[in-house]
Amino acid sequence: MPILTCKNLSIAYQNKIALKQISFQIHTGDYTCIVGKNGAGKSSLLKGILGLVPIQSGNIIFDEGLKQTEIGYLPQQNHTQQNFPASVFEIVLSGCLNQRGWRPFYTKKEKEKALYNLELLEIIALKNTAFQELSGGQQQRVLMARALCATEKLLILDEPATGLDPIVMQKFYSLLEQLNQKQQLSILMISHDVHTAIKYADKILHLDHKMLFFGNTKDYVKSNIGKLFLKGEAL
Amino acid sequence: MIESVIQLFSYPFFIRAFIVGILIALCAALLGVSLVLKRYAMIGDGLAHVGFGALSVALVMNWAPLYISIPVVIIAAFFLLQLSENSKIKGDAAIAVISSSALAIGIVVTSLATGMNIDVYNYMFGSILAVSKEDLQISIPLSIIVIILFIFFYQKIFAITFDENFAHAIGVKVKFYKIMLAVLTAITIVIGMRIMGTLLISSLIIFPALSSMRLFKSFRHVVISSAIISIVCFIFGIVLSYIFSTPAGASIVLTNLTCFLLFSLVAMLRGHATK
Repeated sequence: MPILTCKNLSIAYQNKIALKQISFQIHTGDYTCIVGKNGAGKSSLLKGILGLVPIQSGNIIFDEGLKQTEIGYLPQQNHTQQNFPASVFEIVLSGCLNQRGWRPFYTKKEKEKALYNLELLEIIALKNTAFQELSGGQQQRVLMARALCATEKLLILDEPATGLDPIVMQKFYSLLEQLNQKQQLSILMISHDVHTAIKYADKILHLDHKMLFFGNTKDYVKSNIGKLFLKGEAL
Repeated sequence: MIESVIQLFSYPFFIRAFIVGILIALCAALLGVSLVLKRYAMIGDGLAHVGFGALSVALVMNWAPLYISIPVVIIAAFFLLQLSENSKIKGDAAIAVISSSALAIGIVVTSLATGMNIDVYNYMFGSILAVSKEDLQISIPLSIIVIILFIFFYQKIFAITFDENFAHAIGVKVKFYKIMLAVLTAITIVIGMRIMGTLLISSLIIFPALSSMRLFKSFRHVVISSAIISIVCFIFGIVLSYIFSTPAGASIVLTNLTCFLLFSLVAMLRGHATK
């Protein structure tokens, strides 16, 4: 049983179609990368799944105990956050908000979960540090810990490597791989770098307003469209 | 001097202004942190002008001022929030147009009705004499509601202020809380503008948050520090305004400015020390 199924999904902004008839599934433990050129509707797809933009037609079905509000979301780096006064712990803890109804304060269990994820990402020493004083790679880990607080099943990442230097990026990808393999966490990630995508992901979703490819990475590399895109030719 | 300050507390009008002022200073500081960080600070200014227009019209028509201006300003708050959300319209320009229009309507309406000029002055720059017993009865419960709601929804307000998209994705009702913030701001402004004045009330929202952000780097510390700064500056301002016979609103703004400069200086020195 897939945890997430998109069936004939279409998304439009002011009558301009961003995505048309997208269908795919994500199973537990899948590592799926979304590739495609700029403006192909990759972010729109993620936002549609997360409920941030309305869907024009089609269905998104969550199953196996996954709820729409229990997806761990790692957004693109946002520059307005650069000077935001917030401690690492405050930010990570806010990932637990989806387990709470109207309750105003965090429980001990939620705080423990936040601490656990800080430890997992090796940023426990930064717990009380200000977010704005961290490096780009550290900030990324903080937002990752927040995403992990929100989910146990599915992580959605929007070009997480943007703005990171190669070494930090490498570390980040191996961290994702670990989470994927050890915790059976499903990953759905937009990647601007198709070579990294085929290195780590076991499934590829290639978009250009419509779905050009969805399937195993092995088959993608052999497919015509995969070959062309890997060579860097415009489609 | 101490005697004259003690004497001050024997005047009922002063005690009323003092109680309402402290509550408003607290509300404004709490809301201000989110408003400043979300870049909605100008909405406060716009709302104050709309509040002035509504108050003037209410006075001329002989309606109860707070009962009219609170709903009008709440409607304006919805509207201004929508404007600044919509990237198609130039939000800041639209806010400026609305505030000056509301101000103009207020002034024209009051000058048409004769002999109201003193009141206009008071509404523009604030007066501690303006807080009536009736105002007190509405202001106290309203500001307590603002404070309780803020504390109750604090974690959600933090999440939305820090990252609206993430908050939305994990199921926080972003729109609801934004409207709530706008409504609470509207209430705070209408009550506070009697003491602070139309032109100066937004500083009560902006200054404490800005000062706190100079020194503190966690959201909770910024919120707590803002609340303390705001109340301390209000008390100093209102006492100084009595001693030097200066308008209350302007005096409070100046104590806030002093605090801001002081905090900036400390932050600068600390920055040098760590380098």
